[in-house]
Amino acid sequence: MNHDAYDDNYIRSILNSVKSIAMVGASPVNVRPSYFAFKYLAQRGYDMIPVNPGHVGKALMGKPFVASLADIGRPIDMVDIFRNSSHIMPVVEEALSLPQPPKVIWMQLGARDDAAAEKAEAAGLKVVMNRCPKIEYGRLSSEISWMGVNSRTLSSKRAPIPTQGMRLSLNRTSFGGGQTAASDRAAKNKTETT
Amino acid sequence: MTDRLPGFSTLAVHAGAQPDPTTGARATPIYQTTSFVFNDADHAASLFGLQAFGNIYTRIGNPTNAVLEERVAALEGGTAALAVASGHAAQLVVLQQLLRPGDEIIAARKLYGGSINQFTHAFKAFGWNVAWADPDEISTFEQAVTPHTKAIFIESIANPAGSITDIEAIAAVARKAGVPLIVDNTLATPYLIKPIDHGADIVVHSLTKFLGGHGNSLGGIIVDAGTFDWSKDNKYPMLSEPRPEYHGIKIQETFGNFAFAIACRVLGLRDLGPALSPFNAFMILTGIETLPLRMQKHCDNARAIAEFLSGHAAVASVDYAGLPGNAYNNLARKYAPKGAGAVFTFSLKGGYDAGVNLVSNLKLFSHLANVGDTRSLVIHPASTTHSQLDDAAKVRSGAAPDVVRLSIGIEDKEDLIADLDQALNA
Repeated sequence: MNHDAYDDNYIRSILNSVKSIAMVGASPVNVRPSYFAFKYLAQRGYDMIPVNPGHVGKALMGKPFVASLADIGRPIDMVDIFRNSSHIMPVVEEALSLPQPPKVIWMQLGARDDAAAEKAEAAGLKVVMNRCPKIEYGRLSSEISWMGVNSRTLSSKRAPIPTQGMRLSLNRTSFGGGQTAASDRAAKNKTETT
Repeated sequence: MTDRLPGFSTLAVHAGAQPDPTTGARATPIYQTTSFVFNDADHAASLFGLQAFGNIYTRIGNPTNAVLEERVAALEGGTAALAVASGHAAQLVVLQQLLRPGDEIIAARKLYGGSINQFTHAFKAFGWNVAWADPDEISTFEQAVTPHTKAIFIESIANPAGSITDIEAIAAVARKAGVPLIVDNTLATPYLIKPIDHGADIVVHSLTKFLGGHGNSLGGIIVDAGTFDWSKDNKYPMLSEPRPEYHGIKIQETFGNFAFAIACRVLGLRDLGPALSPFNAFMILTGIETLPLRMQKHCDNARAIAEFLSGHAAVASVDYAGLPGNAYNNLARKYAPKGAGAVFTFSLKGGYDAGVNLVSNLKLFSHLANVGDTRSLVIHPASTTHSQLDDAAKVRSGAAPDVVRLSIGIEDKEDLIADLDQALNA
C-alpha cells in the first residue's frame, strides 16, 4: 500500500462500507477539526462514537463520550484517530486487542505512523494515514467542489441535492490515481525537511 | 469508476462542471445572486464557522465561480483554486496571506508592466518590499534571499518579449530558502506549461487573457499546488496560527493540502472584496472549453508570423522563443514543447518612429492594451503598458523604445502576414 498517494477506489470502498466510526480524540470545542469532521460524518449518516477520556460525562451531537475503545462495548467498523503521530501506536494496539477489532484504522490529516500502519495491515485491517474522512467524502461526492477544491472526479450524471442526514453517492468517475505529482512532491519535501 | 487520468481537453470541457442537481441544466448555470438561503440556524452557523461545505454570499463563493475554480485547479494539477476579479486581485490576495509589513518578495525583473507597478508602488505602501532578480541569472535570486523573504514570484512566459523562465532552477532556490514559488502562468496557460509539475507552489493567472480567450471578461485565479508546509517555521501565521476571524481555527490544520486556497478565500477575498462576477466566470468557463484548440492555433500562427518577420527587410530583430537560435529556444523546447506562446516582440530598423507608423498602418491587428484575445493585437509597450518605467527599466524588462509587441490571434495566418507586410512596406 502506497500511503503517500491513495487510489480513490480504496478510499471510496472504505467510506462506502463502514457504518460505525469511533473517533479517538474527538473534541467538543467547535473550532477543532475533529468537531468539524464528527459533525459532518454524523450528518452524512455515519454512526459516530466520540472517544476522549477528558470529556466523559459530556456528549457530542447527542452522542455520549466514552473513555476508550474498549468502553464502546460493541463492534465498530472504523477507528478515526485524531491524535498526533506520536500517540497513534497505543490506539492501534488497543483497537487490535478488542474482542472484535475494527476493519479500518484511519489517521487524521497530519497524523502518520508507518509502524502502527504495518501492524494493523498485518492483522488484516485497511489503513489510511494523513487524510480527513470529511474532506475525502466531500471530494468523492463532489460536494467539496463548492469550495473550489479539485475533487478529481468527473460526472455527466445529475447528482442529488444534498440534504440533512443524506448519504451521497461516491460513485463518480475518478482520476485520483493519476494526478499525484504534486502530492508526491509534498510528501517528499516533508520527508526531506523533517 | 476507473482511476484513469483524463486528457487535458477532456478536463477543459468537463472538470468541475456536472449537471445542475436542481434543474438538470448541462451547461453551467450563471448563479447571478448575491446570497444563498440557509436550511436552518445550525446550517448557517456551520457555514459561517467553515464547518460545512456550501454557499453563503457571492463575495466568498458562488457556484458558477466554483466550477471555474475546480476546472482551472484540475488543468493546472493543483488541489484547489480561488477565482477573483482580475489577475491583479489574485496577486494582492496571494501576497496578503504571505507578507506582513517589513516582509519581502523576490520578483523576476521581467514581468508584465502592470505587475511591476503594483509591486513597486501599491504594495510598497503596505510595507511589502520587493527585491528584483534577473530570471536569466539564477544566482541573482539566491543573492536576494534574506530572513524577511516570504515568497518568490516569476512569470512562466514573461511579458512582453515572451521569454521562457527556468522554473525548476528558481523552484530549487525557493525550496532552499523555505519559501513558496509563485508562478504567473497567464501567457502560457496550463496547455503549454504546468508550473506545478516544475516545482511551483502557487500559480496565478489573469483569466482575462488566453484562458478566457475572447477579450470579453476580466478575471483572475489563484491555484494552490498543495505542496507547501505553511506551519513548518511559523513564517506564515495566516495559515498556521489560530485565526481570530474564525474563533481560533488554524487554517492549515483544518484544511490540509488546500489550506492556501481556503486562506485566500476566507481571509483574503472575504475581507478585501475583489469578487469575480458569476457572469464573467461563465464567459471564462465557456472560453476554457476551447483552450486547447485555441492555444495550439495561437502558437502555430505566432511561429509562422515570427518566421515571416525574421525574413522581412524592415525588421531588425524578432524575439520569439519558438525560433531556433533565440536565446530562450532551449528553455522553450523543455518547458513549452507544444509552442512558445503567442506574445512576442520585434524591433524595427526604423526605430521608434517606424514602430509608431507600423501600429497606425495595420488594418487587422488592433492597437490596444491586452493580450490573449482571439483577435490579433499590437502595442508599443514603451509608450503604454511599460510607460511608467524609466528608460533603463524599460530595456531591462524587454520594452525598449523601438520594440513592438504582438499578441497573435486565431485568424488565418496568411491574412495576418499580409496585414503586417502591407503595414511594414507602407
